[in-house]
Amino acid sequence: MPSVCFYFQVHQPFRLRHYTVFDKDHRYFDIFKNKSICQKVANKCYLPANRAILDLIKKHEGRFRVAYSITGVLLEQLMEYAPEVMSTFDALARTGCVEFIAETYYHSLSFLYSRGEFRDQIFKHMDTIETLFGQRPRVFRNTELIYSNDLAAEIESMGIFDGVITEGADKILCGRSPNFLYKSPRGGKIKILLKNYALSDDIAFRFSNRGWNEWPLMAEKFSKWVNRVNGNGYVVNLFMDYETFGEHQWADTGIFEFLRQLPDEILRHPDNNFKTPSEAIASYPATDTVDVPSLISWADTERDVSAWLGNAMQSNALHEIYRMEQTIKKTGDKTLLSDWRKLQTSDHFYYMCTKWFSDGDVHKYFNPYDSPYDSYINFMNIIGNIEKRCGKKPAKSRTKTTETDKILN
Amino acid sequence: MKVFMLGWEFPPFISGGLGTACYGLTKAMSKLGLEITFVLPRAIRNESLSSHINLRTPADIKASQTEWEIQKEIKNIKFKTIDSPLKPYDTAETYSSEIEELIRSKQRMSGFVSEENNDVNGHYSGDMYTEVHRYASAAVKLALQENFDVIHAHDWMTYSAGIAVAAVSGKPLVIHVHSTEFDRSGEHVNQMIYNFERAGMHAADKIIAVSYLTKNIIVSRYGISGDKVEVVYNGIEKNGNGLSLGRVELDNDEKIVLFLGRITMQKGPEYFLGAAKKVLEVMDNVRFVMAGSGDMMKRTIELAAQLGIGSKVLFTGFLRGEDVRKVYERADLYVMPSVSEPFGIAPLEALNNDVPVLISKQSGVSEVLTHVLKADFWDVNEMANKIVAVLKYPPLQMTLREHGNYEVRKLKWEDAAEKCRQVYLQVVEQAVCV
Repeated sequence: MPSVCFYFQVHQPFRLRHYTVFDKDHRYFDIFKNKSICQKVANKCYLPANRAILDLIKKHEGRFRVAYSITGVLLEQLMEYAPEVMSTFDALARTGCVEFIAETYYHSLSFLYSRGEFRDQIFKHMDTIETLFGQRPRVFRNTELIYSNDLAAEIESMGIFDGVITEGADKILCGRSPNFLYKSPRGGKIKILLKNYALSDDIAFRFSNRGWNEWPLMAEKFSKWVNRVNGNGYVVNLFMDYETFGEHQWADTGIFEFLRQLPDEILRHPDNNFKTPSEAIASYPATDTVDVPSLISWADTERDVSAWLGNAMQSNALHEIYRMEQTIKKTGDKTLLSDWRKLQTSDHFYYMCTKWFSDGDVHKYFNPYDSPYDSYINFMNIIGNIEKRCGKKPAKSRTKTTETDKILN
Repeated sequence: MKVFMLGWEFPPFISGGLGTACYGLTKAMSKLGLEITFVLPRAIRNESLSSHINLRTPADIKASQTEWEIQKEIKNIKFKTIDSPLKPYDTAETYSSEIEELIRSKQRMSGFVSEENNDVNGHYSGDMYTEVHRYASAAVKLALQENFDVIHAHDWMTYSAGIAVAAVSGKPLVIHVHSTEFDRSGEHVNQMIYNFERAGMHAADKIIAVSYLTKNIIVSRYGISGDKVEVVYNGIEKNGNGLSLGRVELDNDEKIVLFLGRITMQKGPEYFLGAAKKVLEVMDNVRFVMAGSGDMMKRTIELAAQLGIGSKVLFTGFLRGEDVRKVYERADLYVMPSVSEPFGIAPLEALNNDVPVLISKQSGVSEVLTHVLKADFWDVNEMANKIVAVLKYPPLQMTLREHGNYEVRKLKWEDAAEKCRQVYLQVVEQAVCV
């Protein structure tokens, strides 16, 4: 009796404008670019996908259910640049068949650097979701599904969550199935839902790949793969970027037709159903523990955090931004705090990644930079400006002048 | 396979990247078993004939050709030289003064003007045009004594020779474009040189371009069909020190930003200074070193003074060998702001010496390098922004150095040589078919 659990990640960062060392103003974000990308994705993905899902929920009279995790930074952009998307999300929320998941408001890596900031951002996100959609999330997902035993313990200690979502990475499952629920070896009540990456990636990455021997992927075929889980698992977790529909996979690949047919095909088998993460957690017991001593994520084949922390520039940039936390918070300046937090969005560090750069990889998606070096330079220039705003300017220049003078004379 | 190669310069007699390229390419070719006869124009002005190499000096100064053995590591290569004052980066104007200098030096050498030397003007034609043809006819004479399968001519001065040799031998001609008149002179092209280039490109059976940037110029400016042009990137000799070995830590924290190349319009020295001026607005512990010489040297020195940054810019003149290594050792960043750079071997050498580089997007080498900083040559603001970043943020310098040094090792002359060999096979086969 496999349940199918869909969760869609919905996120766009506040991309930075080109900011040189000579810039002095406090406008860090590329309003034009963010607006145009937001509207483009809204038209290609968010609007048609939301409408399709709304229709499916109505058509199946509540038997089709999905979950979303929408970042705070995207919600802010949608409210300003594409309010029509907000009303469709609102309509989805009111069906009662849609669950909203909690994450850090700024899609940040704060868990790794500041637990206080991490919690602040989760609460900010939950408050926003509650205000907008009338439900308080019960399940947590960390940025890019970054997870470890420590994260489970942190979430457990917050006492407000029933479950946490992460990647069903081979290295933590050791041959076991991602289609069961797990617990952390450190105990506690929260259950862990693991992404079935094989089936998720069939839709998210391989759907339009003509070189793939299963191409073209039809809803009927996909349902057969889901049915095979019957008797050997509780829930098939299909977790993916929402941009899969219409943006990563363009409409002309047939992705929307696939989405429209899938519930019919899945529900054709009497044992199957759809559940949201909270419903899956309520319905099924955890069968085993899953030990994750070091960090995992859903990124790349490595399934680790090297995409954000793989080189010296990235660790330097992250270190610099979190080093400022107390200084920023002491100023009590709300705009400054918000700017600083928007700079924590993981995408900024992802753009600095050098590991796939030479191969001209798919990761360049919506990457506003020509190179990771440009991205780091831009980020550091902004950090320099933010630091000056705190009134804590490193006053070394005078001493340096004298040193240089000595050398020159 | 035997190659009759017509070149301009060869180490140690170099003034730019062409000699380095010919050296690296022929060395790798000889490893592939290709036999090469390398024909080189060389002025016989004695002051320049210093004892860098084991050179058989011509006993008879009137002889138009001489052979010498050089660099034993390169097997399969014979060198032939033709007396000629041709220099790769000369303009027609500098050529005439060059000739006068040459004649004067020959008179000094012999101490008196003998009967023999009276016809010295007969040896050296008064203008570049006839000189190129004189070089061509000498090359033909040489070619008649040699056996070869293919002719390979490097850059415009040897194209006429290439065409002539192809005509008398019936062998296919490959021309190798390291630079075009549009790169050297912008829009103010010398019509004579353009004509030589155009004729060479049209006569060639196949053209090798050092980058897609150059290929595009060949196609758009010289009326050549794209399928006739193959892109073969240059490589780099593996002589780097490896990571951070031998880098000297200096007591003072003065940063060094390096320009190393000919100080000519093509290399964009004024943009380097424009960026320097901007950088000095926000930091002062920086020194800008301009290593090289060229026809814009005087103007560039004046410009530095005009900008009020004269004390921060150091002109070293043309550097070679050990001095180049030393200046790389001190440099925090190498900048190549070229206006139009067909390839640009110098940034590869900088990377090989563990120096991060900032190159203009208007360079062929930017097609192959990813772990470098890039900017449009005219965008001095952005160039300055990137220079400051490298000097201010050590992790940037570190990452660029680590990845750059690794990346540059993948650019091998062996690969370039193999691609040339493929081109030879193609033209030889075509020639047989006809």
